[in-house]
Amino acid sequence: MSGLLKSSIGRKVAMALSGLFLVVFLTQHFVINLLSVFSEETHNTVSHFMGTNPFVQFGLQPVLIFGVFFHFIMGIKLELQNRKSRPVAYASYKGSANASWMSRNMIYTGLVILAFLGLHFYDFFIPELIHKYAENHTAEVGDSTRYYAETIHKFEQPWRVGIYVISFVLLMLHLLHGFQSSFQSIGFNNKYSKALKGFTRAWAILIPLGFIFIAIYHHFNQIPH
Amino acid sequence: MKLTLKIWRQKNAQDKGKMVQYPIDGIDGDMSFLEMLDVLNNQLIEQGDEPVAFDHDCREGICGMCSLFINGEAHGPDRLVTTCQLHMRKFKDGDTIVIEPFRANAFPVVKDLVVDRSAFDRVQHAGGFISINTSGNTQDANAIPIEKVDADAAFDAATCIGCGACVATCKNSSAMLFVSAKVSQFALLPQGQVEATDRVLNMVNQMDEEGFGNCTNTGACEVECPKGISLENIARMNREFMSASLKG
Repeated sequence: MSGLLKSSIGRKVAMALSGLFLVVFLTQHFVINLLSVFSEETHNTVSHFMGTNPFVQFGLQPVLIFGVFFHFIMGIKLELQNRKSRPVAYASYKGSANASWMSRNMIYTGLVILAFLGLHFYDFFIPELIHKYAENHTAEVGDSTRYYAETIHKFEQPWRVGIYVISFVLLMLHLLHGFQSSFQSIGFNNKYSKALKGFTRAWAILIPLGFIFIAIYHHFNQIPH
Repeated sequence: MKLTLKIWRQKNAQDKGKMVQYPIDGIDGDMSFLEMLDVLNNQLIEQGDEPVAFDHDCREGICGMCSLFINGEAHGPDRLVTTCQLHMRKFKDGDTIVIEPFRANAFPVVKDLVVDRSAFDRVQHAGGFISINTSGNTQDANAIPIEKVDADAAFDAATCIGCGACVATCKNSSAMLFVSAKVSQFALLPQGQVEATDRVLNMVNQMDEEGFGNCTNTGACEVECPKGISLENIARMNREFMSASLKG
């Protein structure tokens, strides 16, 4: 049991489980973002709850941060190990003949998503921490109506929307392979796999497209200053 | 058929090696790929040059000896065939064919297109066997009823010929398809249960020690496998490994 993460299969299963956890997180993130399209008030209420509830803040959030770091550090570690396993490259290698582009380029799509997460941390997470803890506001007395305006303000400039759209297209490509692949990694391959593959592909397309829709919607529906 | 061959030439394991171009003429579409190489080698011998070393044995697709990475694919462009079963009719007059050895850290080149695949033997030695005595006191095959679906899946896994195409074609040089086939053929049968826990742990451990890469589920191995070994075997091995690890 102790050596599980030292084995190739143990690491593969850990990658799959952390990936599935991030998929669950992404789904709830999408639902909260989508609320901003329908109701400013509900979006503010739910965002305030997520931003101030002690269980979310001190229970779930550290798990999420660990999950994100674990997934990308392990992913990079495995990629470096995989590169070492073929020291002399082929002169001719036809990867497209037997595997999808998405499955062969997970590291590149993953690195773009990581860069986006860096921007998201800089843009959202760090200002949130400063607002809550450094500016001497307590979480309880924080303004519970600021979230909606802050969200749509992020989509004001076209270049930001552009970066957002590109990142989510790359996320779509990453998930098109990653989501279904995680079930194979944890050993789920049976008569239901075909249906599951269909569901994971639909999810991998619809959720990122939904995020893109929300960004474009708010870009064209800015509150006049 | 007139062809241009670009072949990896390497004198020995220490040599750096390089691609060398050979024009060849008079190739018939009904020749196998290995017969085409025989024609080339005859030419080279007549010219006083060193013939190209390549692995082959049965030449009927069952021994797993012939390897070769042809135009970017293990065993060439055809599906469910080994290189000896690949026919020259798959190529066109005037084609350039790039021929390389299977490349992986765990499969070092011995000479030209010959690689050392004994890493597979060591994985097999680590657990790919049963200790039930089968000599002299063999019981009737039908004495232990086995579900048809399990018997079929075990047989399918056992058709793996250990050629190494899965490793050669995988972008990570992973040996998961081979090892999972060898684990599955026993895991599915009652005779394989005695050593089930040790088998999967030891074989996976040996696979990791040999320096194969990690599986990322691209599925390239399944496509290029001459015997059509399914990815289901990898999922089964993952389950076996996790449950064995939790027990151990």
